[in-house]
Amino acid sequence: MSLNAIGKVALAVFKESVRDRVSYSLVLFSVVLMGASFLMSRLTAGQDLKVTKDLGLATMNAIGLLIAIFIGTGLVSKEVERRSIYSILAKPLSRSSFVVGKYAGLVLTLAVNLALMTIAFYVMMLYMTWTTDDWITQGWRAPALDPGLLVPIALLGVQLMLATAVALFFSTFSSPLLAMLFTLGVWVAGHFSGDLRNFQTAVDSPAAIALARGLYYIVPNLSVIDVKNEIVHGKAVPWPSVGIGVAALLAYVGALVAAATLVFNRRDFK
Amino acid sequence: MLAIETEDLTKDYLVGFWRPRPYRALDHLSLAVEPGEVYGFLGPNGAGKSTAIKLLMQLIFPTSGTARILGRPVGDVKMRRRIGFLPENPAFYDYLTAEELLTYFASLFDIPASVRAARVARVLDEVGIGAERRMRLRSYSKGMVQRVGIAQAIINEPEIVFFDEPMSGLDPLGRRDVRQLMLRLRDRGCTVFFSSHILSDAEALCSQVAIIAQGRLATSGRLSDILGTEVLGWELVVDRVSPDGLALLRAKARALTELPDGRYAADLPPHQPEAALQELAAAGAHVVSLNPLRKTLEDVFVAHAVQTAARETAGL
Repeated sequence: MSLNAIGKVALAVFKESVRDRVSYSLVLFSVVLMGASFLMSRLTAGQDLKVTKDLGLATMNAIGLLIAIFIGTGLVSKEVERRSIYSILAKPLSRSSFVVGKYAGLVLTLAVNLALMTIAFYVMMLYMTWTTDDWITQGWRAPALDPGLLVPIALLGVQLMLATAVALFFSTFSSPLLAMLFTLGVWVAGHFSGDLRNFQTAVDSPAAIALARGLYYIVPNLSVIDVKNEIVHGKAVPWPSVGIGVAALLAYVGALVAAATLVFNRRDFK
Repeated sequence: MLAIETEDLTKDYLVGFWRPRPYRALDHLSLAVEPGEVYGFLGPNGAGKSTAIKLLMQLIFPTSGTARILGRPVGDVKMRRRIGFLPENPAFYDYLTAEELLTYFASLFDIPASVRAARVARVLDEVGIGAERRMRLRSYSKGMVQRVGIAQAIINEPEIVFFDEPMSGLDPLGRRDVRQLMLRLRDRGCTVFFSSHILSDAEALCSQVAIIAQGRLATSGRLSDILGTEVLGWELVVDRVSPDGLALLRAKARALTELPDGRYAADLPPHQPEAALQELAAAGAHVVSLNPLRKTLEDVFVAHAVQTAARETAGL
């Protein structure tokens, strides 16, 4: 595996992704949604800042996930379907470098998109500060331009890295549609990881409990690093568990990319 | 050192969903291609040509057998710096321009940035992509994509180039351009290995050919050896033929075709055309041309296809 080759593949993925209309329109859509959340917050009494922050972060979450799923699941499978894989794999480039380069390229795309959405989010917050009366802003628990908001955004980045790795892994051996469903499934299950662990409190069936427990151990725990509510509502963030969660997710990402590489290295491209 | 060498290269695919069973796409293919040749890899559709090329490019893995390119195993990544490949019906990245795609591929070959732009421009000129090189590939016609495919296969100035059906999607002008390009590559010392089912291209270009049918090598060798020198008949064209001369021609010819301007083309048997010529001259006919009829690649190809079909029917 060559870092040089990985970088070149990543750059090509980035170049193609930023020109893809899906990516463009999703980022644009997120800006519109954030604007809409600002308007909605005006309808709430006293909770306008929290609502705007909540909806803004939720929008970033949803749009980031959509980009990760739409582009991630097509990363390899579209190359196979379109047969563009034939030309690229005949170049002096190992299959492992190709897969890792693809992953790195999409992570770079997501990082840039997330950065753009973050800028749009802070611009909206700035506008909110300017247009809100002083007597209201003095009642806000946290400032509108709270640098702490960068924490859930950065942690969202880690979650999206995982979603991309899941999408990449499934796209190495299944169709884009199946990969999409699997990735969405892992994302949803990952956010309900705590519920899976305590499934026995909700159902009596031993089989269902065993299944939920099995899923709890297999599926990555995304809820542990989801600190949007804590930041927005000014609550304490459980940093030790967040740190462990991030480390575990990054290890999971490494394992998934390695598994994707293993599958891809053995695959026939008929 | 051989340019390309395969030994008993075999590929089985599993077919069927519920009860998968092996289907042999390539059966013990052994080839030896010398450097500097234009090598035609011929066969009908579904014969196993693309399977063999994909095995050489390691896009698929063999069930058994071995393959080497330039003396190195086909999986050797460094060896791929020295080869080029045009897949059948190539496809690339829709949102990149031809220039960007070639620049990207050139970078994978570690072609220095200082010469990359000039190399990309020269190769695109060579395949006839003009101002469109700055347009995104999604707007290209099939023929233009094929030209870009050829360009990316030669961007690294390869020692061996593999073309899988290079004429596919090209108009007559495009085919002529590609034929000329292949001959230029040969003149530069590049080995050209190309698969095709268009036999006229193979006859015009190849010094050696291999014919493959039903996954098996039917025959291989120098084109002149395969076709032989045996004369199978003569094609005689005459004009100013009198009624007596025409009757004589009908009696001598295996087939007679009337051409415009009072000309006739006769298919004469292989032995002693001189006697027929003298008798026709005596009847006042004027001989326009006399050409020997030899075995064509199509004859060889069809004969092998028929043999293979017969073997299959007999269950051999």
